[in-house]
Amino acid sequence: MPVIIVALLALVPQLSLDIPVLFNGPLDSPGTLGVLALCMVFAGVALSYDLLFGFTGLLSFGHALYFALGVYLMTIALTKWEWGLWQSFGIVAVAGILVPLLLGAISLRVGGIAFAMVTLAFAQAGEVLVHNNPWELTGGEEGLGLNFDPLPDFFVGVFNTKNLYWLALAYAAFVFLVVRFAVASSPGHVLQAIRENERRVEVIGLRPFGYKLIAFVLASFLATMGGVVWLLVLGTGATPTVTTASFTLTLLVMVVIGGAGTRYGALLGGFLYTLADQRLGSLSGSSTIQDLPAVLEKPLSEPLFILGTLFILLVFFVPGGLTGFGRRLRVLRRAAGFEGGAAPAREAP
Amino acid sequence: MALISVRDLHVYLGESHVLQGVSFEVEEGGVTALLGRNGVGKTTTLRAMLGLVPRRGSVRLQFKGGAGEELVRAPTHQIIRRGIGYVPEDRDVFAGLTVDENLRLAERNGNARYELVYELFPELKTRGAQKAGTLSGGQQQMVAIARALLNENPILLVDEPTKGLAPLLVTEVAAALERAAELATVLLVEQNLAVVQRVATSVVVVDGGRVVHSGPARELLDSPERVQAMLGVHGGGHR
Amino acid sequence: MSTFVLLTITGLGLGAMYFLIASGLSLIYGLMGVLNFAHGAFLTVGAYVTWWTSTHVGGGPGVKLLVGALAGLAVGALLAGLVELVLIRPLYRRHIEQVLVTVGLALALGALVQAIWGVDARAFPVPDWMIDTTTILGANIANDRFVEIAAAVLVFVGLTAFLRYTRFGLIIRAGVENRAMVTALGIDVRRAFTLVFALGGAVAALAGVLSGVYFGVVDPGRGTSLLIFAFIVVVIGGFGSIGGTAVAAVAVGLVQQYANYYTTGLGDLAVVLLLALVLLLKPEGLAPKVAH
Repeated sequence: MPVIIVALLALVPQLSLDIPVLFNGPLDSPGTLGVLALCMVFAGVALSYDLLFGFTGLLSFGHALYFALGVYLMTIALTKWEWGLWQSFGIVAVAGILVPLLLGAISLRVGGIAFAMVTLAFAQAGEVLVHNNPWELTGGEEGLGLNFDPLPDFFVGVFNTKNLYWLALAYAAFVFLVVRFAVASSPGHVLQAIRENERRVEVIGLRPFGYKLIAFVLASFLATMGGVVWLLVLGTGATPTVTTASFTLTLLVMVVIGGAGTRYGALLGGFLYTLADQRLGSLSGSSTIQDLPAVLEKPLSEPLFILGTLFILLVFFVPGGLTGFGRRLRVLRRAAGFEGGAAPAREAP
Repeated sequence: MALISVRDLHVYLGESHVLQGVSFEVEEGGVTALLGRNGVGKTTTLRAMLGLVPRRGSVRLQFKGGAGEELVRAPTHQIIRRGIGYVPEDRDVFAGLTVDENLRLAERNGNARYELVYELFPELKTRGAQKAGTLSGGQQQMVAIARALLNENPILLVDEPTKGLAPLLVTEVAAALERAAELATVLLVEQNLAVVQRVATSVVVVDGGRVVHSGPARELLDSPERVQAMLGVHGGGHR
Repeated sequence: MSTFVLLTITGLGLGAMYFLIASGLSLIYGLMGVLNFAHGAFLTVGAYVTWWTSTHVGGGPGVKLLVGALAGLAVGALLAGLVELVLIRPLYRRHIEQVLVTVGLALALGALVQAIWGVDARAFPVPDWMIDTTTILGANIANDRFVEIAAAVLVFVGLTAFLRYTRFGLIIRAGVENRAMVTALGIDVRRAFTLVFALGGAVAALAGVLSGVYFGVVDPGRGTSLLIFAFIVVVIGGFGSIGGTAVAAVAVGLVQQYANYYTTGLGDLAVVLLLALVLLLKPEGLAPKVAH
C-alpha cells in the first residue's frame, strides 16, 4: 500500500493537472512542486517528532534544535568553510548523531515535564547561540545565505524543482521506512512498553534509559537530515526561525493534527499543516479576505491565528487527530456511559 | 428502602475489570462491613461510590422521607455534600497543612462538631499547630477520622482505618468507630476481623469483583468454616 | 564595587519579572497539572492593553502608566479566567489536551496581537522619575529597577498571605498536594482553578507592564521570550511553591546578569546551563511531590 502511494506521488511532477484553491498553478509547475516538496519535508520531520512523542511518549520541546543543526551546519560548511557537498553532508551526519547523543544523555536523566523543560532549555541555548553569531558563523538575526557552487546542478535552478520534489519525497519515504522498521523491531516493542508503563519494563530487568536514548538519537538524526533537505528545497539559506521554540511547537501541532502514535498520522499532519500554512499566506492577500471588515480581516491574515484556532477546535472535537486514534491522547474508556473519576486511575487494592 | 443501594457497579482500572457488577444494600443505622481478600475491589467500591474513579451502574441514596437520588451522575464534591464523611485507605491527610488546617478544610457549614472530635481525640487539640506530615501513623489516622466526623454526616465511608497500627491504637480506633456508629450509618472496609466482630452489624463479602454474600454479621462471623472459606482467614483471629 | 551593585540590582529587577510570571505558572501547574503555554500571551496582552490604554488617556506618563496598568491587569485577569472556564475546565483530567490547547491559544493570541498592532515595538509610557537614576554605593541605577523589585516583593507577600490566611488559599495549598482528597471533602476545586488562573493572568499582566518599563517598549514576542525563563524558574524552584519560585527567580536573574557581563552576552546560555546542572544533580527534580 505505501509503495503505491509513493509511486503515485513520484508521478506528480509529470502531471499537468490543475487543482484550484489548493494550488496556484498546475501540479507540474515549479511553484506547486516547491510547495509540495516543502510539505513532504515537513511530513518527514513531523514523523521524526512523532517517533519521540507518539511512540516513545517523550514530550520534547526542543526538536527544532536538531532540525536547525542540519540547516545551519550544512550552510556553514558549504558557505563559510567552502567544503564540498559530500564532506559537508558527512560532518552534518556525524554531528546529527553525536549532538543528540550528548544532549539526550543529559536530558533523559529526568522524565516527564522536567525532561520537556530541559529539551526546551537546550533548544533555547541553540537559539541564543545562533543569534549571537559567534565567530561570524551563523549570520545572527539575518541568517546565512547558501553558497550554491558545491551543489550538483540538478538541484539548482527553478527548472530542477522537480528533482528537489523527488528528493523531498525520498526523504519522507526514508523516514517512514526507518520509523516503521524501528517500531516493529524488538527495541521498538520495548519503547512502546516504556510508553505504557516504564516501571514494569524496569521490573523485567531492562534499562529504559538506553532504549529512550536510541529513540532520541534516531529521531533527532532524522530531523537533522530533514534540515538538510529543507535547505536544498528552499534554496535560500539558514534563518533563525528554525531555532525557535515556536518551531518545535508547530511540529507538535502537526503531529497532533494528524494523530500521534499512528502509522500515517504525523505524515498527514505535517503535509496538511505545511500546505495550509503556505496557502493561507497567499490567501490572506486574496480579495475575499481583503474585502472583509478590518475586525475580521486583520486576524485572518495571520496564518498562525487561523492555525492556532483550528488547533484548539481540533483538540476539543477531534482529539485523536485526523486519523482518529491518537493513542496517547485518548483516555481509555471502555464503553459509553462511564462517568466520574477525580484522579488518575490507581492500581486495584 | 435501604439507605444506600448499589446496583451493578462496574469499574475498569486500566485494562483490569476490577468491579464486575457489584450490588449490595446498606441499611440505615449500624455498621456494614465490606469484607474480602486482598485486591478483590473493596477500596475500589468505596471510591466508585464516591465518584473518585470512573464507574458505570447505580448508586442510590435514599433518606427516610426524602426523594431518592442517583449518585452516579454527580461529581464527587456534590456526593460528599449530601452528607458523607470519607476516611480513605491511606489517610490522605495534607502533610503540608497543620492539624488545625486539616480540620478547618473539612468544615462544610457552621456546625462543625469540634467538641466531639476533641473529646474522642484530645491529642488533636494539643497538636493543633503541628504539620500533619510530622504526625505518627496513628495520629494521622485520628485526623482522618476526625475530619469525617466533624460535620453531621449521616453516612461514613471508612477504608481500613486500623491498617498498620499498633494493637493499642487499633483498640482506640475501634472505640471511635463504635462511637461514630451511634451517630451515623457506617460502611466499613476492614481486614482486622477482631474489629469487625466488635462493631459490625451486617457484612457484605466481595470476591472476584462481585458480591458473594451479604447478611447479618453474626451469621457469618459465628461460623469459622464460612469465614475461612470466604475470606481465607481463621475466624475471630487477630491480624 | 559599583559594578557589583549595578549588576546585583539589575539582576534582582530581572528576577522580579521572572518571579511574577513564574509564580502564576507554578501555582497553575501545581494545583491543576496544566502546563500553561498561554501564560506568555497573558503577559503580552496585559502589556499591550496597558500601552493602548495609555495612548487614550490624558495626563503625564505616570498617570498614563498607572491607568494603563490597571486596565492591563483587569484584562489579564478576565482573559485568564475566561480561558480557564471555556477551554481548560471542559478538558478536566485530560492533561495532554489541556497543554495542547494552551499551545494553540498561545499561537493564536500571539498572532492576534501581531495582527492588531503589528510587529514593530511600541514605546511604553515611562514616567521620568523611573528613567532617572539613583546612585547607590557608586553605582547609577535606573529607578525602574526598584519599582520592579518592590512590585515583586509586594506580590510575593500578598500571595503568601493569601495562601496562609484565606480559605481559598487553604484549598489551593491542599489541592496542590492532593486534589482528589480536596474533592472528597466536599469542596468544588473547580472554582479554585478559575481563581488561580485569573490570579495568574493578573500577575502575568503585571509582569508585562513591568517588562514594558524595563525595556522601554513592548513587542509581540515579549511574552514568549520571557516565558521560557519562567519555565526554567518553575522547574528549578518547584511547582506549586511560591517560596521556591522566588528563590529560583532571584538566582536566574542574578546568574543571567553576571554571566552577561563577564562573558559578553552568554547570560541566557548560563541560565540554561544552570537548569541542566540543577536537574543533573537532582534527577528526581526539585519539584516537591505533587499528587494529581
